[in-house]
Amino acid sequence: MAETLTHHSVEKDEKLWEGGKQPFKVSYGKLMMWYFLLSDAFTFAGFLIAYGTLRMSSPTWPVPDFVFSTIPGGIHHKPLYFVTFMTFVLLFSSYTMVRAVQEGHRENKNGVVFWMVLTILGGIGFLSCQAWEWTTLIKGEHVSVTKNPFSSHTEHGIYLEGDGHDIKEGDSFAPGTPYLIHQHDGKWHNLKYKVTEGENAGAVKEQAFGPKAFGALFFFITGFHGFHVLSGVIFLLIICVNAATGLYVKRRNGYEMVEKIGLYWHFVDLVWVFVFLVFYLL
Amino acid sequence: MGHVTIDPNDKLAVMIEETGYDDHFHEHHHGDKYQSGFIGHYIFSMDHKIIARQFLITGIFWAIIGAGMSIIFRLQLGFPESDMAWLKPLLGKWITVNDGVGALSPEFYYALVTMHGTILVFFVLTAGLSGTFSNLLIPLQVGARDMASPFLNMLSYWFFFLAGVVMFYSLFISTGPFSGGWTGYPPLSALPQASTGSGTGMTLWLVSLTLFVVSVLLGGINYITTVLNLRTKGMSMWKLPLPIWAFFVTAVLGLLSFPVLASGFFMLIFDRGLGTSFFLSEIFINGQALDRVGGSPILYQHLFWFLGHPEVYIIILPAMGIVSEVLSVHARKPIFGYTAMVLSILAIGFLSFIVWAHHMFMSGVNPFLSNFFVIFTLIIAVPSAVKVFNWITTLYGGNIRFNSAMLFAIGFVSMFISGGLTGIFLGNSAIDIQMHDTYFVVAHFHIVMGIAAFFGMFSGVYHWFPKMFGRFMNEKLGRIHFWGTLVGAYAIFWPMHYLGMAGVPRRYYSFDTFDAFKHFGPMNEFITISAIIVFGLQLLFVINFFYSIFRGKKMTERNPYGANTLEWTTPIEAGHGNWPGKIPAVHRWAYDYGKDGKEFIPQYVPLAEGEVAGDAH
Repeated sequence: MAETLTHHSVEKDEKLWEGGKQPFKVSYGKLMMWYFLLSDAFTFAGFLIAYGTLRMSSPTWPVPDFVFSTIPGGIHHKPLYFVTFMTFVLLFSSYTMVRAVQEGHRENKNGVVFWMVLTILGGIGFLSCQAWEWTTLIKGEHVSVTKNPFSSHTEHGIYLEGDGHDIKEGDSFAPGTPYLIHQHDGKWHNLKYKVTEGENAGAVKEQAFGPKAFGALFFFITGFHGFHVLSGVIFLLIICVNAATGLYVKRRNGYEMVEKIGLYWHFVDLVWVFVFLVFYLL
Repeated sequence: MGHVTIDPNDKLAVMIEETGYDDHFHEHHHGDKYQSGFIGHYIFSMDHKIIARQFLITGIFWAIIGAGMSIIFRLQLGFPESDMAWLKPLLGKWITVNDGVGALSPEFYYALVTMHGTILVFFVLTAGLSGTFSNLLIPLQVGARDMASPFLNMLSYWFFFLAGVVMFYSLFISTGPFSGGWTGYPPLSALPQASTGSGTGMTLWLVSLTLFVVSVLLGGINYITTVLNLRTKGMSMWKLPLPIWAFFVTAVLGLLSFPVLASGFFMLIFDRGLGTSFFLSEIFINGQALDRVGGSPILYQHLFWFLGHPEVYIIILPAMGIVSEVLSVHARKPIFGYTAMVLSILAIGFLSFIVWAHHMFMSGVNPFLSNFFVIFTLIIAVPSAVKVFNWITTLYGGNIRFNSAMLFAIGFVSMFISGGLTGIFLGNSAIDIQMHDTYFVVAHFHIVMGIAAFFGMFSGVYHWFPKMFGRFMNEKLGRIHFWGTLVGAYAIFWPMHYLGMAGVPRRYYSFDTFDAFKHFGPMNEFITISAIIVFGLQLLFVINFFYSIFRGKKMTERNPYGANTLEWTTPIEAGHGNWPGKIPAVHRWAYDYGKDGKEFIPQYVPLAEGEVAGDAH
């Protein structure tokens, strides 16, 4: 404690803002990375605001627990299990990144390389999970940027036919009940149902497609995030190879490159937390 | 390499060596990449002084093209019935000849208007102005060897150059460049089939401006970091010359607003290429309903103007900074209210982020929400007025040198007042119902951010020309340039206020068929003739500029204006690293003019015994 106190008083005496010094005690390279991340945060903010705007203007929205409920092996009804796993993989790679930076401060070359390799594996793992999730949505459930078969009901009703999966003839539903319109042999099968309450009671209707914006926003925003992860993995690889060859041992600022890519990596994880929040939890 | 020989008769160099700040710069060998070889020195240069010149000359190139376009569409507006066949060699199929009478095609008229706006706003007044002077002045005035990252700085210019190549290419494709207005609103920008320019033209527009965003971000990150981290010893933030404060805040605005534009662009690219409907809803083309629903065109407008409004301050703040410096130097007086100047720059920068929807009062945003945007918009008048009064007070009682730089700086103040006042009209949502999208708006923003920003830029070019090229520009031509442009600019834009108040809408191809607007014909002719004369005067400036690079009066002393800032302490032909030995340390603010009986006391002079610092800090 005493040590930190003296440290602070020294800083004051140095008059950090009087010129000839780095006022945040941060090198220009790290400062530039911070400003880049700030600007990138605004790009993502633009996307998420667009998401909010379009979602709020839509009368219905697919229920995440229903949409994201498949796990590998063709197992259904496991809401958010898979995305929880991939989120864990990504967040764990943030931990390994911290360790790599720490080993960099200790100038332990092998430690840096070891923890960076783990980080890279985490990044690749996350990307693989995302690839599987996209494939399931696109190939299995036929969601695309222009068509969205996931939606939820807005009124009370009773199904007049079954879909051969979870819905059987005579099943009743309330507003908010989610559904997926299935596709067989390239043809959509919108189930017929009868409205049971309200002014339209007795009317026979078909399941309507969900808001187009859902698929478009999902693939656009998670894709943009995935692109960031991919770039991160590539830069991590380059820096990891550089570290392994001993390039940073000779440098005056040591393993600063590892720190800079670390900042980027944590940022990408942080963005995922927001993406996760709006697409999977809300 | 390590040791620098100092001429003992050179008092300034001796002083810098004795009191300066040694950053051990010259102890390292900086290699050939900065200095030798034509390509390394002039093309892929990493020296901020060369990059500044690259930005300036590229900006001049684009200014000639952008202004030339305005002359062509002004001909259409001023002389709608006249024969334009003589332009056929230049415009080709965009001039249609019937019975020997050539007419400008309406599609190309819109393309010209769109390109004029895009080019002037982004390529000339953003890259050409802030790119030039931030690069030139930030390292020189804060006392740095170069930008924080010379490499990224070089990339910043080349991304801008690439953006220019793509945009230039789009001028020559068979469907013409984008023609839906410089704001690129959907659906015209989102559906390739919406208009002739919406296809390949719009795709190239998006590619070009995305490259431009990259350029702005690379530049901005560098400017901010350099100002914060690379100030010389003694150069606290409160001792920074005002241009640096302006460039700093400008860079922050760009850093925070351009990414949001980029997010809008990416979504637009998806709408165009992949069939999403982020910005589309209920669209009919040729009576055919499109299957594009659920999006919001207003959303694009929000994303666009979140950049678009800070963008006008990105344009005007550097001009304000330049003018503050030039007024003070040539009035031989300290700038009045330095602290207030800095705070008003910060206030304008902050407010610029919360006023964007005043561009959208008539787009269908909630009128209740509009109230807030009205209030914040009108509050901007306060820091703006603080600056105007401070400039006028700086001039008051000054020993003014009426050279070209000073004339343009004073002209800037005049333009800023004239254009700023009409901004108060437009900022009121109720008055905007009548005024929006009329020539009143055109007049307002051309005076306040077009002409005013150009005046700031001219002022800076005349003032720092010797710093850039070691020679002076011709003063006589400069004064003709100033007086002609001042009178001409008012002649162009003053009458437009009347047109706008009468409800004449902007962007229309022709007013022949409207009885209400027919009697403005002679006024439009007058505007067009004025525009042609003013354009000619700008060519005079360009001739003066290039002639003076090679034949101008040579700069014989380091500090020809008797200015206080550090850029005038470098050798006339400054090499890489700017100062041959140590960097001068700073002991006082930049505005000690006429203090203690001395005409000027440069920043590197230590405070005399018992001397009270001139600034408040």
